Amino acid sequence: MALLHEIDYGTPASRSQQLVTLDIDGKSVTVPAGTSLMRAAVEAGVSVPKLCATDSMDAFGSCRLCLVEVEGRRGTPASCTTLAEPGMKVKTQSPKLAKLRKGVMELYISDHPLDCLTCGANGNCELQDMAGVVGLRDVRYGYDGDNHFNKQSARFVDKDNSNPYFSFEPAKCIACSRCVRACEEVQGTFALTIQGRGFDSMVSAGGMDFLDSECVSCGACVQACPTATLIEKSVLEKGQGEHSVITTCAYCGVGCSFKAEMQGSEVVRMVPYKDGGANHGHSCVKGRFAWGYTTHKDRILNPMIRAKITDPWKEVSWDEAIQHAASEFKRIQAKYGKDSVGGITSSRCTNEETYLVQKLIRAGFGNNNTDTCARVCHSPTGYGLKTTLGTSAGTQTFDSVYDTDVMLVIGANPTDAHPVFASSMKSRLIAGAKLIVIDPREIDLVKTAHIKADFHLQLRPGTNVAMINSLAHVIVTEGLLADEYIAERCDDAAFNKWRDFIALPKNSPEAMESATGVPAELVRGAARLYAKGPNSAIYYGLGVTEHSQGSTMVMGMANLAMACGQIGRMGVGVNPLRGQNNVQGACDMGSFPHEYPGYRHVSDDATRELFEHAWGVKLEKEPGLRIPNMFDAAVEGTFKGIYVQGEDISQSDPNTQHVQKALGSMECVVVQDLFLNETAMWAHVFLPGCSFLEKDGTFTNAERRISPVRKAMAPKNGMADWEITMALSNALGYPMHYNHPSEIMDEIARLTPTFKGVSYKKLDEMGSVQWPCNDAAPEGTPIMHINGFVRGKGNFVITEFVPTDERVTGKFPLILTTGRILSQYNVGAQTRRTENNVWHAEDKLDLHPHDAEHRGIRDGDLVSIQSRAGEITLNARISERMQPGVVYTTFHHAMSGANVVTTEFSDWATNCPEYKVTAVEVRLAKKESDWQQHYREQRVLTTRIGSPVAGD
Amino acid sequence: MVHMANQIALNFSAYPREEAIGHVAKHLKDFWEPRMRKQLHAYVAQGGAELHELVKEAEKRLK
Repeated sequence: MALLHEIDYGTPASRSQQLVTLDIDGKSVTVPAGTSLMRAAVEAGVSVPKLCATDSMDAFGSCRLCLVEVEGRRGTPASCTTLAEPGMKVKTQSPKLAKLRKGVMELYISDHPLDCLTCGANGNCELQDMAGVVGLRDVRYGYDGDNHFNKQSARFVDKDNSNPYFSFEPAKCIACSRCVRACEEVQGTFALTIQGRGFDSMVSAGGMDFLDSECVSCGACVQACPTATLIEKSVLEKGQGEHSVITTCAYCGVGCSFKAEMQGSEVVRMVPYKDGGANHGHSCVKGRFAWGYTTHKDRILNPMIRAKITDPWKEVSWDEAIQHAASEFKRIQAKYGKDSVGGITSSRCTNEETYLVQKLIRAGFGNNNTDTCARVCHSPTGYGLKTTLGTSAGTQTFDSVYDTDVMLVIGANPTDAHPVFASSMKSRLIAGAKLIVIDPREIDLVKTAHIKADFHLQLRPGTNVAMINSLAHVIVTEGLLADEYIAERCDDAAFNKWRDFIALPKNSPEAMESATGVPAELVRGAARLYAKGPNSAIYYGLGVTEHSQGSTMVMGMANLAMACGQIGRMGVGVNPLRGQNNVQGACDMGSFPHEYPGYRHVSDDATRELFEHAWGVKLEKEPGLRIPNMFDAAVEGTFKGIYVQGEDISQSDPNTQHVQKALGSMECVVVQDLFLNETAMWAHVFLPGCSFLEKDGTFTNAERRISPVRKAMAPKNGMADWEITMALSNALGYPMHYNHPSEIMDEIARLTPTFKGVSYKKLDEMGSVQWPCNDAAPEGTPIMHINGFVRGKGNFVITEFVPTDERVTGKFPLILTTGRILSQYNVGAQTRRTENNVWHAEDKLDLHPHDAEHRGIRDGDLVSIQSRAGEITLNARISERMQPGVVYTTFHHAMSGANVVTTEFSDWATNCPEYKVTAVEVRLAKKESDWQQHYREQRVLTTRIGSPVAGD
Repeated sequence: MVHMANQIALNFSAYPREEAIGHVAKHLKDFWEPRMRKQLHAYVAQGGAELHELVKEAEKRLK
C-alpha cells in the first residue's frame, strides 16, 4: 500500500438521522442534518481550502480560509461553522473568494519561515498545500516586519525538545489552535493553551516545557498540527514514510489501529488510523511512540540452549534448538508421564499463535496443561460473565459509551491503563454523563479537568463484594428493580433466591460500612443514581478480578446490571477493560486448561469429538493444570517441563520466590520471547520471538473486536512465532502444516461457532469485526444480549461476602495494592526499552502522609516493604491519593520485585492471584533488600551468552 | 489445597445445603486437574481435619 492519507472531512460527522439535500458547486449532495458545509462539500467531492479545521474536532472558524458563498445570503460565511440546510446553493470558488483566501494566506506566510526544503514537514505540510491551492506567488508585506521566526525577533521562542518523541518549534506556529483543541477535545487533558492575545498569541504547555507540563504525550497535538510546529523526532531524523501498513497496537486491550509509516522495512512513525473501530484516530504514548523496543539492541535473534541454568547460553541453529526442546519434552514425558509437561500462551501473542500453542499442548503433549496469562488478570471475567450471562466477554462496543448517562467505574484506572478509551469516557463525562468511581485510590478520573465524580466510594481493598451487595441491597429494598426486564429475561428461581439473599439486613450499606469503610449514605446515593440511568454502564478492571472473590464480584456486577435492566442495548452493559492487547483473544482461543476454543468444556463429548476429528488425535477429557497449579506441581515434583510463549511468569506472577522455586525444579524450561526476560533466567532453551511488526495475525480487544496484525517487515529472528510453534510440534511428532496465519484462522472459524464468519478476507474488507461473527451475524456483534441472554435466561448468582484471609495484623498493619501507570506496560519488557523511562524510571511506593509521618518516612526515602511472602525495598512517594492504611506500587521494573511481596492467595473460582491485597509493613531502610541483592547477582550469572571461559 | 477447597465451599455456602454441595462438587470436577482431586481424596482419607463440611460432602460425589 502506498502512503495512506485518509480523507479529512474538516468537521466531525453528524449523528443525526434526519437528512438534508443541498447543492454545492452544482452538485447535489445529501447529508445528515447538522453537517457543516465543509464536510458536505467533501462528501460531494469538493475540497474547500482550510487550515484550522480537521474532522477530529469541532469547527473553530478562525483561519478564514474556508469561506464560501451561499445564494441569497450576504457575506462569505466560513464553511466549517455553517451548517447545511435543505435547498442551499453553495459556491466554493469565485474570484471574490479566491482573492480573500490569497489575502489570508499572504498574512500567514508573512510570519512563517520559508525553509520548506529543509523543513521536517516537507511533503506533508497543510500550510504549504494551501499556499499552493490558493496560488500564492508573492507576499507583499515582506519578511522584515514584526515576526515570530527571526531569531533576532523579540517574539522568537526557541524549540522545545524536552519531549523524547516530538519537538515543538513555536517559530513555525500559525496559532490555528488545532493542537490546543486536540488536547481538549480528542485527549481530554487540557495541557495546552493559547497564551497572549492578538499577534502575541502562541501555543503554550501551561507556561512550561512539554515534559514538565500536564502533557501525556498522546500525540494528538502532533497529529493535528498542520505545519512542522509539532512534529515527530523520528520524522525529523528520517524524513517522510513512503508506504503505510495498517496494523493493530500490541499494547493494551483497547486495540488501537495504526498506520505504520515505512521507509522500506524501517518504521518512520506510527500514526493512529482514523478508520480504526476502537480508536477512531486517537492514540496514547505507548502505541504512538513506544515502538523502539522492536529494534532494541537487547533483542535476541538467535536460538540458544544450555544444559544448566548456570551455564552460559550457546547459540545454535533453529533446527538444533527445536530438536533439542522436543527431545527434552519427549524424554520428560517418557520418564514422568504425559501430564508432566505443559505450556503457557500469552495475551501479547496473536490469536493464531495462542491457538497453535494450545493445540500443540492438547494434541502434541496429549494433555490439557495449557494456560494463559489471563489466568492472572481476567480469568474471573470469563467465569463470572459466562455463569451469569452465558458468554465470557464484555457486552458492549466501546462507542456505546457515547450513549451512557451514568458510568460506574470499578477497580479500573482507564486514564493510565486504557488511555484511548479513557479519552472517550472523558469526552462523554464532559458532555454531562454522571460518574461513580469505586476504588481505594483517588484515580485521575475522580477529579480531572472539567470532570468530578459524583460519587467516589473509596472502599478498603478486599471489600468489593461487600460494596456490590450493598448497592444491590438498595436497589432491591428501595423498589428500584427493573421488574419487567427481569421477568422477561431472567431465570425466576435464581432471581428470587438472589433477591431474598441480597435483601437480608447483613447486606445493607449500613451493615457493610464497617467492612468497606464507606459511609452508607454515599452508597445509597450511588445506587439510586445507577438505577436511575436511563443508561448506566459498568466499566471494570483488575481491581475487580485480582481478589480472592474476583469471580464473585464479576457475578455481583452482572447481577446488579440485570437487576436494573442495564444490559442489551447501547449505553449500558458490563464492560471488562482487558489489560493486554489480546487477553480476550487468548481466552477465546482455548488457552484455558478446562476449555477448547469458544469456551467449551473439555469434558463435553461432542466438542471433544469435533476437535479429535479435526486434529486427528485422541484428546484428554480431564481439565489440565492452571498456572499456579503448575507451579505447585513443579515444586511437588510432578511437573517437569514447560513451553512459555511470550510470557514473563517470573516477574508477573505472585510470590516470586515460589515461582522461581518452581521454575528451578523443572528439567526443561523453553522460553520464546523477544528478550532474555526474567523467566529466561531459568530456561534451558531460548527461542527468539518476533515483534508485532514482523508477522501476520489478529488480536481481539476488550470489545471482542478482531483486528488484523500485518507484517511490516521480515522477522528479524528469521521465523514468525507461529512458525516456531509449528516447527516444535512437528519435532514432537505431531504434524502441523500451515502456509500462512490465515489458514490457522480458517481452522479456528471451522471449529468455533462464534468465529464461523471470520476470515482474513472479511477483515480486509471490514477492517475489523466483533464476535460473534457467524451466519446469524455476518457483520459481527457490537452489542451482545440484545434480545435475551446468550445462556437463555439471565442467571442471578448469590454473592456471599467472604472476607479475604489476607488480613492486616500488628506485624503487617498496611494493605499493599498494585497497579500500572500510563507510560509503562506491565512487566515493562517493551516500554523499559524505550524513551518512556523519562516518565517512570523506577517503581515507587506511594503512601499516605499519615502513614509516612507515623514511620518517620519522607518523600524519596528508601523503604522496605515486608509481607509474609518476602521483602523488597523501593523509594517512597508521599501521596494523598492513598487512603491511610493503604500503600501502592507499580510492577514495571524487574529489580523492584513487587511480586516478591505478593502472596499465593487467589480467587476461589479461577486461581487468579489476589494481587490487590497484601498485608505489609513499611519501614525506613538503609540498603536494598537481600532478595534484590541476590537477584542482581543471579541475573548476571544466568544471562551470559557465549562459550564458558576456562576455569569459569 | 485445603485453603482453595474451603474457599470454594465458603463462596457457595449461602445456597441451600444440597445445592451448595452440588455446586462445590461440580466446580472441583470442572476446574481441578486430576492430581489435585487425588490430593483431596488422600486428605479426606486421612480424616480431612481442616476441610469445610461442604467440601467433605462434595468429595464423596467425585468418586
